[in-house]
Amino acid sequence: MNRRKLLGSSAVVLLVLRSRSLRAAIVKGGLPWRPGAADPPAAVTPDGWKFFTSQEAAAVEAFVDRLIPPDPQTPGGKDCGCAVFIDRQLAGPPGRYDGYYMSGPFQDGTKQQGPQSPVTPAQQYRKALLALDSACRAKFANKSFADLSDRQKDDVIKGLEDGSLELDGTDAKKFFELILKDTQQGFLADPIYGGNRGMAAWKMIGFPGAHYDYRDWIDRHNQRVTLPPVGIADHPNWSL
Amino acid sequence: MVQKLPRKDVAIVGLGWTGSILANELTDEGLDVVAIERGPWRDTATDFPISYAQDELRYRLQHELFLRPSQISVTFRNNARQTALPVRNWGAFMLGNGVGGAGIHWNAETWRFLPSDFVLRSHLTQRYGANFLPQDMTIQDWGVTFDDLEPHYDAFEYLCGTSGRAGNLKGAIQEGGNPFEGPRSRAYPTPPQKQGFGHALFAKAAQELGYKPFPQPSGNLSQSYTNPLGVTLGQCTYCGFCEWFGCANYSKASPQTTILPVLTRKSNFEARTECEVTRVNLDRSRKMATGVTYVNGSGEEFEQPADLVILCGFQLFNVQLLLLSGVGTPYDPNTGRGQIGRNFTHQTLSTALGFFDKDKFNFNPFVASGAIGMCIDEFNGDNFDHGPLGFVGGGYLGQVQTNGRPIENMELPPGTPAWGTQWKQALRDNYLSTLNCGAGVHASFYSYRDNYIDLDPTYKDRFGRPLARLTIDFHDNELKMSAWLTDKYAEIVKQMGARQVVEKPRKGPYDVTQYQTSHINGGAIMGDNPGNSALNRYLQSWDVPNLFVQGATAFPQNAGYNPTGTVGALALWSAAAIRSQYLKNPGPLVHA
Repeated sequence: MNRRKLLGSSAVVLLVLRSRSLRAAIVKGGLPWRPGAADPPAAVTPDGWKFFTSQEAAAVEAFVDRLIPPDPQTPGGKDCGCAVFIDRQLAGPPGRYDGYYMSGPFQDGTKQQGPQSPVTPAQQYRKALLALDSACRAKFANKSFADLSDRQKDDVIKGLEDGSLELDGTDAKKFFELILKDTQQGFLADPIYGGNRGMAAWKMIGFPGAHYDYRDWIDRHNQRVTLPPVGIADHPNWSL
Repeated sequence: MVQKLPRKDVAIVGLGWTGSILANELTDEGLDVVAIERGPWRDTATDFPISYAQDELRYRLQHELFLRPSQISVTFRNNARQTALPVRNWGAFMLGNGVGGAGIHWNAETWRFLPSDFVLRSHLTQRYGANFLPQDMTIQDWGVTFDDLEPHYDAFEYLCGTSGRAGNLKGAIQEGGNPFEGPRSRAYPTPPQKQGFGHALFAKAAQELGYKPFPQPSGNLSQSYTNPLGVTLGQCTYCGFCEWFGCANYSKASPQTTILPVLTRKSNFEARTECEVTRVNLDRSRKMATGVTYVNGSGEEFEQPADLVILCGFQLFNVQLLLLSGVGTPYDPNTGRGQIGRNFTHQTLSTALGFFDKDKFNFNPFVASGAIGMCIDEFNGDNFDHGPLGFVGGGYLGQVQTNGRPIENMELPPGTPAWGTQWKQALRDNYLSTLNCGAGVHASFYSYRDNYIDLDPTYKDRFGRPLARLTIDFHDNELKMSAWLTDKYAEIVKQMGARQVVEKPRKGPYDVTQYQTSHINGGAIMGDNPGNSALNRYLQSWDVPNLFVQGATAFPQNAGYNPTGTVGALALWSAAAIRSQYLKNPGPLVHA
């Protein structure tokens, strides 16, 4: 049984075990331990969009492929799965700012006080992607962002980055920063989350991934580590 | 409807490092101890097992093991003229959650403070004169000395199995250790960790510049070790997923790997998890604690009577609980009177990035541990003459890079575009050959009259209690120090052979979104009289003698070191005083 199968098959059991009432509320007489109580991540499968509409997905795939363009050695953002990564994040807890302090009143403060907006990432994407296509249609003969040439796309992205292109009803520069951060995270995070497909980004930079034992390497100064990269679920050598 | 529970001898609030230490010491005394912990039970096999612990997105960026602000947050402002706003997602510091507390996610850098740090005001005044210190700087002596704490530092290191090289054994300076450290009674329990290429290169460069580099004292162990309680830790594997993560390999000293396996087997100990203490209850005189009130995971409220109450929460939550419970007098920055909330401090971090020739340098930054690294201490505390410099304080400088986690290691040479083909190429070219050590300069943060904690007038937690309000900014002294130390650090990085060095000194104003270690301190400080402190030298409340407050809450100001060694030593010192003095004769251990 490989590890991906294991992670998949244990997911159902875990849903039951994770309910709060089964957490050890009183610990007495020894370390509490139950089998199967661990909570591994669920692997993303590329089976359609969970958050984006097909039109939004087309724009995001085009966008991430300009932020990280393909080159002869390494695929671009689209083929690395960055849009899938963002889609699954937005459909899940991060898209809702789950865990954030979201009580009001909301008011803007200083830069040092950090973001204070009640608008979640999912809401920001929805608004900004609509406005992005509108802005492109107005400027480029009714073409959506995905239909632009690479040069035109780059000009639009530069406009968002430097604040010269405004988006209706949303902060264009903040949206640029958000999608850039998410794209880079998807590119470099473990492939189990849908991006970094085939560990392409890790191979590009020379990061061996989710190894946990480098005792053989700590003394080998200034030598390139030759271990093949491993992901949490994807490596063929992982097996039980 | 509050359910009143049977009385316990001791109620401990929070089961992290200090809660585990105090519970273990006081159960040894035969006392019936309950620990009440806000977060969940946590253990290696269930919360950060080897099969999926190496996950940067989940643990580092999405804060899986940390307290979530939706449960409780704080508000922040730089000064009293601003309106404090809530911290909606953590940034400047991270707050642990659950059994083990910050002991799960720490780096395990296990330092001792300098002897002069404990008598800071007297020492600096004697050397430079009282007028040398800024008028509004409120540093003071601790009321406890290095010599008082030395046996307890030693005990904490032997509990953890700390890996390091002694620099001063009973006054004799040791080759290869830190020559500036206070005299230690014996060597570290385990030898230092091995060092990677970048760490070793830093040590060589520092030596060439005339400094005395030494390995950072590490709670990621160089070899397996069985501590005095009989608990065994494994050898660290340099996996590079340490701080912000739990150790999947039982190699990082934590309550889980050093104390809890023994503590939980004792019949006179009980832990209640996912139970949040909402206040310390006082009797009518307000001079005695009668116990605590808490709410469990189902929202039911309980009163737990206890003869002795010990606050072992994280620094700022101890302060918040004191304020909410009406213990002592809240600090007023206008008058300088009142003790609860004053002398709130943090750490002053800075660095210099080093970009090296990729064809000659390959650092393999991912081969590392949380407390790996080579350091120098020439510029810490008062180890150097501040007279001509016009500031006080300092820090250690080190190549202490702990990881090569890719999302955290996207530093590229200045001028690189933020995206596109050139960005991608630069990432490819620089990842293995960049020195990106965020805590390269790990410096002090002294206390000031206008940096403090009180209760927020607007924002509440899920129970409707006011959040703690942090008012804090950098002062000129720390910014001047940071600029000077960062220059010194950059010289060493240059000497290592970097083709480009980019200095990143700390700049004001204090920014709650920029991570700067989780070493926030003060708010209920220790001292030698109730006019200058909330706690006496044994961490006992001056106002309520059956209440003790553990942790960095008690630091009058912060030194240029990581705090956990001192937090552990203080907890053992306080526990020894309770065992040897308080229990025989409950009451104030120091008479005001």
